[in-house]
Amino acid sequence: MKSTHTQTATQEKQQPSPKIKSSPQSNQAKTRTLDRISKEYEAIIGIETHVQLSTLSKAFCPCPYIYGSQPNTSVCPICMGLPGALPVVNSKVVEFAVKLGLALNCKLSFYSKFDRKQYFYPDLPKGYQISQFDIPIATGGYLDVDLPVEFGGGHRRFGITRVHMEEDAGKLLHADDGEYSQEITFPIIYALQVDLNRAGVPLLEIVSEPDMRTGIEAAEYAAELQRLVRYLGVSNGNMQEGSLRCDVNVSIRPVGQSKFGTKVEIKNLNSFSSINRAIDFEIARQALLYSQGKADQIVQETRLWEEGSQKTVTMRKKEGLADYRYFPEPDLPEVILNKEYVDSIQSSLPELPEMKRRRYEEMGLSMQDVLFLANDINVARFFDATIEKGADVKLAANWIMGDIAAYMKNEKLTINEIKLSAAELAELIASIKGATISGKIGKEILFELMAKGGTVKGIIIEKDLVQIVDPSEIEKMVDKVLSENPKQLEQYRGGKTKLQGFFAGNENIERQGKSRAAEQDPFREIKCEKLNVLVRRNLVIMCHFISHRTIKSDFPGSTHLSSDICLLKGSRCCLCIIKSFALYSVYMSEAGF
Amino acid sequence: MLSTLHHPPRRLSRFFPANNKPRHFHTKPVLSSSQPVTDQSPSSTSPPESQILSIRHSLLSREVTATQLAETYLSRLKLAEPQLKSFIHVSNNVLKEAQSIDDKIKRNENVGPLAGVLVGVKDNICTVDMPSTAGSRVLENYRPPFDATAVKKVKEFDGIVVGKTNLDEFGMGSTTESSSFQVTANPWDISRVPGGSSGGSAAAVSARQCVVSLGSDTGGSVRQPASFCGVVGLKPTYGRVSRYGLIAYASSLDVIGCFGSSVADTGILLSAISGHDRLDATSSKQEVPDFTSQLISAALLESKPLKGLKVGVIRETLENGVDSGVKSTVLGAVSHLEELGCTLSEVSLPSFSLGLPAYYILASSESSSNLSRYDGVRYGNQAAAEDLNALYGDSRAKGFGSEVKMRILMGTYALSAGYYDAYYKRAQQVRTLIQKSFKTALDENDILISPAAPSAAYKIGEKKNDPLAMYSGDIMTVNVNLAGLPALVLPCGFVEGGPIGLPVGLQMIGAAFDEGKLLKVGHIFEQTLQGCRFVPPLIADGIPQ
Repeated sequence: MKSTHTQTATQEKQQPSPKIKSSPQSNQAKTRTLDRISKEYEAIIGIETHVQLSTLSKAFCPCPYIYGSQPNTSVCPICMGLPGALPVVNSKVVEFAVKLGLALNCKLSFYSKFDRKQYFYPDLPKGYQISQFDIPIATGGYLDVDLPVEFGGGHRRFGITRVHMEEDAGKLLHADDGEYSQEITFPIIYALQVDLNRAGVPLLEIVSEPDMRTGIEAAEYAAELQRLVRYLGVSNGNMQEGSLRCDVNVSIRPVGQSKFGTKVEIKNLNSFSSINRAIDFEIARQALLYSQGKADQIVQETRLWEEGSQKTVTMRKKEGLADYRYFPEPDLPEVILNKEYVDSIQSSLPELPEMKRRRYEEMGLSMQDVLFLANDINVARFFDATIEKGADVKLAANWIMGDIAAYMKNEKLTINEIKLSAAELAELIASIKGATISGKIGKEILFELMAKGGTVKGIIIEKDLVQIVDPSEIEKMVDKVLSENPKQLEQYRGGKTKLQGFFAGNENIERQGKSRAAEQDPFREIKCEKLNVLVRRNLVIMCHFISHRTIKSDFPGSTHLSSDICLLKGSRCCLCIIKSFALYSVYMSEAGF
Repeated sequence: MLSTLHHPPRRLSRFFPANNKPRHFHTKPVLSSSQPVTDQSPSSTSPPESQILSIRHSLLSREVTATQLAETYLSRLKLAEPQLKSFIHVSNNVLKEAQSIDDKIKRNENVGPLAGVLVGVKDNICTVDMPSTAGSRVLENYRPPFDATAVKKVKEFDGIVVGKTNLDEFGMGSTTESSSFQVTANPWDISRVPGGSSGGSAAAVSARQCVVSLGSDTGGSVRQPASFCGVVGLKPTYGRVSRYGLIAYASSLDVIGCFGSSVADTGILLSAISGHDRLDATSSKQEVPDFTSQLISAALLESKPLKGLKVGVIRETLENGVDSGVKSTVLGAVSHLEELGCTLSEVSLPSFSLGLPAYYILASSESSSNLSRYDGVRYGNQAAAEDLNALYGDSRAKGFGSEVKMRILMGTYALSAGYYDAYYKRAQQVRTLIQKSFKTALDENDILISPAAPSAAYKIGEKKNDPLAMYSGDIMTVNVNLAGLPALVLPCGFVEGGPIGLPVGLQMIGAAFDEGKLLKVGHIFEQTLQGCRFVPPLIADGIPQ
């Protein structure tokens, strides 16, 4: 029921836990051994995240960046690093960095600067990357995460070491197959081309403290960061497009030891679940080496996560520290923030995921509901707007997490793309609660609203779905039902009192299911009374009818009744004739069938 | 300022308009020249006149056409070029552009203040229709897709870019000998260097191959060649002129500067190219005053026109290591300033001698980074190579000359882990010290003066294999770049050497963004200087074939 296509760490399909070179027959035993070994070690995990900012233009030039556009179509002398071209800081980049810094509870540097990080690579047009080195724009913050209930739940606070601004590099393109790649495969450098569309696109690098201990914690950290940048509107946070890239550092040490073990960097993590699985694999790999006395085989290196084999493999061993010869970027002035600027950004920050979760919790929602609703900024906004219109909290949550989420998933739409507005959902909930329509009708209206838009009132009027509340109207209808169902009335008279439900239920049918389930029907009493009066008048039941379609889930306990039991056979059924689109069930137990 | 040139002549009275708005100066009465430059007597020792203003006057009074002027300059350029080699590339569009100016004048349309003015542009400044090589093989035949902002402005003011002038590769050098393409000669003595790195721009103006020219000054590259070639050179305040399109050597020091045969021309060119540019984040938003509005005709000067002006003579610039002839010429200039009413005093800048090492560390460091982009991947010459390292290595080994390689190595070393604090960081601290000491000296004085170089022009090849001797020649100028201040160099006399003597330049250093004062003082100095030759023998004797 709580399914959605919105990606979260835990809502991705969980893959089997990592395996290490295990022979098939001893697989289970191995896994058990590993679990045991792993318990003796503690993993230390830190994450470096690159977030691509969704500014209209690049960091230092006016070129736009559109993912997937033709190679080298969004370039200019500046991002191509032509001689004489100079960078100019896009002020939005600073604004977004300040936003994220504040949202991560960081201390901002009122005086920071850009530095050049120098290395040679064909995708780096200037031979240096404009970045921030010793004075990043934000330092020393934290990120609060609620772990998913199915992983034991719990609240975690992970430290943020720093946030800094920098520019992206271009991409290498293999001329023969047009595929992008991270590494050059030699000796075919002449088959190599460079696409500089991405060169100069602004990034924020967020470095965490080594505070994570498990794969799921790391994945949830990354997922929370994604939520945060989406809430802030600074990035689309899309991992597949590379708008959010995580490099993970993992080391382990025996529980109780304070000295850190040798850390290994893992790259090529394209989803939260791959972060989770890669880390768990890596922990197990290192733990196994440790337990076998081969700790020296854990070397400082960069490993690549291979999705196919579900393994990490060596990408390159570190040969000492790379010397990037950082020095202050002389083409750019210092980045100077003032208090008014920071204050104005602070006051413009939206409610952040953590605040939202705490608020939803206080509203009485379960953690599962809280996590679902706060996961996607748009869903959360929709929910908030629905509540603002006075909708019942729990009902709104249920509708959103249930039918709406299912619809979004099936139709591959986001909540902003469906035609239903929060105001109409609130109206729908109110209409059901106020008994203007039944839950079933509500559902139908909901789908109509999601697909075509419009208003609840409009649809009710258009389709004449209004639930009748005038007692005399109901009396008339009961009269009609009785007169049209002499057989049942006779049975009823004959002592089959259970048929009362049938008649009462028929009232519902009469009103095309506009009311809620019989026992919730506020008019049930009136109807039953009327029925009894009528019975006393010895009227004869002539026929009965039932719906042709029963939606079992809407009326728990009811049984599907095939249409041939309907004595009037479908369209001839008087009430079906009256309202051709009726679709309902009766309470079989009460009706005595 | 430039628009005021259209106004009718008006008389000027006071020299220092105390609280008055600066007054405008005007073509005829102020500089009393109605003759086109071509008529200027070549052997004259009279003070130089503004060629730009006389060209304007001649054009607007229909005495001469822009085409005729351009032809005169082009023919002189071509005559002198085999000996001077000041141009790497000469534009094919000069006459066409001159014609369009003539058409405009014929149609009585307004023309820009640089109309008909042939402007030489140092080849490290990008021009869209000409190669821009920075004097390097690595950029041989490279044509940028854009004009540098300064060039754009020159064109907007109807100036005609006559060609691209020779320079030391990427501006690294003090003689123009390290150009990958040719060695430029000094018009005062063709066996001598024109100075550098803007040697081509200085020689071209000196030999009247063009009216004015753009150079760049990272450690003295405008001022030292101005001194060597006997022309006026102005290094503006860092940030005054946009660096966009200037092929970077050391970004925190690079400034585009101006050459002219008179202070007035230099000022007019500066006015044209100054101002904030949103394409250069380091360009200043400081208002650009009318630099030439306070230039006063010599005829109108009072007896002590610079009365009350406080001039500090930098002691450290007249100590050991300065050529005695240069020293006495500069001391002569000191007396001249005193005669003009200035109050002279000696000023000490204790950190002065630290400037040279600090400069070479910072400039090399920045250049090692700025030149990383010349990897043969996207533009310029690419070496055939088997793998990536060889591609980089060979392209750079073949593309760069030895001076550039040396500075890249020095800079890479200075920025390396473990050395950064000892070199780069310490040099930055020295830079701060130097800035402070200049600030103090300029709080007490209106301007500071010094020689522009410790010697006059030396022989081609003389210091080629002695880089330290060459570097030490920059001692007079590098401090000004480290402090980011404006400085004007103008001829102040001669020393023996060459056929008729060699020019010596006086450097005037002003407070940041105070170019106006430098130009005003420089103009009075220039207009009242007696017996100084301003036209080199190459022109004076008619160019020998």
